[in-house]
Amino acid sequence: MEFRYLPMTETDKKEMLDKIGISSTEELFSDIPKEVRLDRELNLKKPASEYELKKELTEMASKNANLTEYRSFLGAGVYDHFIPSVVDHVISRQEFYTSYTPYQPEMTQGELQAMFEFQTMISEITGMPIVNSSLYDGGTAVVEAVYLSVVQTKKKKILVSAALHPEYRQLVYTASKGKGLEIVEIGHKDGQTDLEQLEKELDEDTASVIVQYPNFLGQIEPLEKINELIKKQPKTMFIVSSNPLSLGYLTPPSEFGADIVVGDTQVFGIPAQLGGPHCGYFATTQKLMRKVPGRFVGETVDEEGERGFVLALQTREQHIRREKATSNITSNQALNAVASSAAMSALGKHGVKDMAKLNMQKARYTKKQLEEVNLPAAFSGSFFNEFVVKLSKPVSEVNEKLFEKGFVGGFDLGRTYPELENHMLIATTEIRSKEEIDAFVKEMGDING
Amino acid sequence: MAKENFPLIFERSKEGRSGHNLPALDVPEVNLEEELDDAYIRKIDAELPEVDELELMRHYTGLSNRNFGILSGFYPLGSCTMKYNPVINEDVARLPGFSHIHPYQDTKTIQGALELMYDLQVHLEEITGMQEITLQPAAGSQGEWTALMIFKAFHEANGESHRNEVIVPDSAHGTNPASAAVAGFKVVEVKSNEKGLVDVEDLRRVVNENTAALMLTNPNTLGLFETEILEMSEIIHEAGGKMYYDGANLNAIMGYARPGDMGFDAVHLNLHKTFTGPHGGGGPGSGPIGVTEELAPFLPKPVVREKDGMYDFDYDLPQSIGMVKGYYGNFGINVRAYTYIRTMGAEGLKKVSEYAVLNANYIMRSLEEKYELPFTQHCKHEFVISGNKQKAQGVRTLDIAKRLMDFDIHPPTVYFPLIVGEALMIEPTETESKETLDHFIKSMIQIADEAENNPEIVQKAPYETDVKRLDETRASRKPVLSFQKQIEKEA
Repeated sequence: MEFRYLPMTETDKKEMLDKIGISSTEELFSDIPKEVRLDRELNLKKPASEYELKKELTEMASKNANLTEYRSFLGAGVYDHFIPSVVDHVISRQEFYTSYTPYQPEMTQGELQAMFEFQTMISEITGMPIVNSSLYDGGTAVVEAVYLSVVQTKKKKILVSAALHPEYRQLVYTASKGKGLEIVEIGHKDGQTDLEQLEKELDEDTASVIVQYPNFLGQIEPLEKINELIKKQPKTMFIVSSNPLSLGYLTPPSEFGADIVVGDTQVFGIPAQLGGPHCGYFATTQKLMRKVPGRFVGETVDEEGERGFVLALQTREQHIRREKATSNITSNQALNAVASSAAMSALGKHGVKDMAKLNMQKARYTKKQLEEVNLPAAFSGSFFNEFVVKLSKPVSEVNEKLFEKGFVGGFDLGRTYPELENHMLIATTEIRSKEEIDAFVKEMGDING
Repeated sequence: MAKENFPLIFERSKEGRSGHNLPALDVPEVNLEEELDDAYIRKIDAELPEVDELELMRHYTGLSNRNFGILSGFYPLGSCTMKYNPVINEDVARLPGFSHIHPYQDTKTIQGALELMYDLQVHLEEITGMQEITLQPAAGSQGEWTALMIFKAFHEANGESHRNEVIVPDSAHGTNPASAAVAGFKVVEVKSNEKGLVDVEDLRRVVNENTAALMLTNPNTLGLFETEILEMSEIIHEAGGKMYYDGANLNAIMGYARPGDMGFDAVHLNLHKTFTGPHGGGGPGSGPIGVTEELAPFLPKPVVREKDGMYDFDYDLPQSIGMVKGYYGNFGINVRAYTYIRTMGAEGLKKVSEYAVLNANYIMRSLEEKYELPFTQHCKHEFVISGNKQKAQGVRTLDIAKRLMDFDIHPPTVYFPLIVGEALMIEPTETESKETLDHFIKSMIQIADEAENNPEIVQKAPYETDVKRLDETRASRKPVLSFQKQIEKEA
């Protein structure tokens, strides 16, 4: 069998063994105790030729209904947006996709500068001054924000809005078991965080309050009122998980007193790919800078006074602080951060706003047309590009019928919100044409009629 | 003469330019300002760059030219397994059927994706000798934390929630103690002996009724196989603890030995290292973990199951520690790893380890005259030398690292592990040719000669890079973390 990634020849091997002073590579493994040596070949599928493998995997991929062939109205944290062609060309540069973390700055200025630019763009979008060079995804970024609030306030009670992404909430629950945290869920009322319950639960033991903006049900949370409640507890921190695209049009959480803003930049240039890899961002205030998890890139100068970039404030990190580090996180999502940066640069100052508005316009049109077929929105508040409708049948049944007509229907809220059985969360992005929306609405009307 | 700064994309921006054209508004427009509460309408636009498409592509091409990837040259970064990242992986991961599928689609419509995940799990189970795999953790450190949370849940289920100590060798990766701390454990250190291996006597001393687990890399961070592994497993298991395998160094032993056969109860893998992820300049990675049968009920949910040729997610795991990452892990990276494993098969993967180890030993024996070699036994896929000899000549390991850049070589990992002074940790991987290894050896020997005869050359390196040595202290003392900040600084 030929292995095209292995350049070793018999001559090379012999010369190298001679240099080492041994006669066979077996000797290099003689320190592995016999009892643990594997005395058989691994039982794996046979090596496949490049042609065969590509054919097989292409067939496997084609068993999946993909969003380039189906018209998707499914969002719920992962969105089907336009990805400019520049994005894939940028991240296909081997210097970006094969390199390691830029620990040697003299030879990795490109990566470092790209991260510095990412930090700047997210800072601009969120209005927060301090941004790291990305985290795994939006969900794990929420967890890191919770950790930070616990360290900062030395308190252990966390109030989580039920309108925060259900999976993000699950991650917070899982993480709470490591740190012995008390998680209290604040219900929703008409699709928004229940402010009365929030006020009741908020006390001096509360480390942080987490809400999503726009929230999982699509609604624009009243951050101003929430902030007023939180500020009654001087130490409690305000964490907002936010879709960065929405902030092209919506007032950023920084204007409403947020201490930490997190989210996912999947909306900018990253395909859905079954939920990962995406790209988390973490933005906060100057005061909390030295407690932030993950990597920062900072500007500096070289010996000749020229501008350059390096990993900054590394003494917070695990490879130096070990068990005293701010987080155990080692990697970031650099390549996806570059993808999002390229997408944000292509859109630019006006494009991000235009794209946000397009989403809002198309979603409003979808909502209005659904009303016409007796499927009115379930909640009355303002929304971004997602809203909820109550169906006359189980969502899974409706989605199966929609699928037959070439649509991926919305998210089945009954899966995670028992009180919202038969409720569908519908996303409409800028790429859904009027024609597609009309056809979708017609099917929805027919199925639910 | 001072070179001109490479511009930031914000410095290329000019009002009125744009690099996109979005679909036109084809639905009747509504007045958003009337609908929304004015307080929620953004007043000041985000200052994103305004560039046309050519300027954007020039910018990022320019940045990429100022970066060093595996196709640029040799990258012997110890503990990181910087092997060739096959291009077929990139093609497969970009197939629309893999890249454009939504995590909440009906599982009947993503059978191909689930089949891939399931078969990848089966392959990883066999490679590691573990009973069940979860692909959910996003990277190695999250895998570590996930496994420790599983240990915690297991001990609690057995009425042993007092077990709050995790033992970590002094040579361990920094993530090990950090993950243990985040999982709520106290970290206890065990020493290495003069051979660079865990001091088994010291291990006996630190083990007690509070031991939850031992975290171990094998081969360890010095590139040495822990020959007393079975004894160590026995000590930990007898004390009621669990054995954790840090899979960072799996590239050394595939097909030769399996963590599951060494007594490990949980294993993480770095698919972006051993299985050609790629690294992406710092991520995304993928860090699946494998566990023994008794720990399988505690795995994060959901897990992928097969029944009569159909695949589905199983959420019905009452003892699960819960979800550790949204959706199902870094699927896009898992597709690449699967493509690689299917290319290599059992025969190929064993050769990978054989050649990775041969390459490392070849370099080690070629450098031992000029550099101090603290541990002289055969190494596995990587080894550690010390720059102590050169330090006495006024040349630090950092200088050696910087000088290597002038030979188009990415420096090895430096100053790690912490137990070797002036450490250089070298991992060549199996995908490098003898000619490349010889170029590295020749360069290292030249640098040693320079250090002896003309240390200034090394001390002032690098000469061929885009920037000279950078002031890292300044970057942390007066942090400038975004472009906006720079304007304020000048004001």
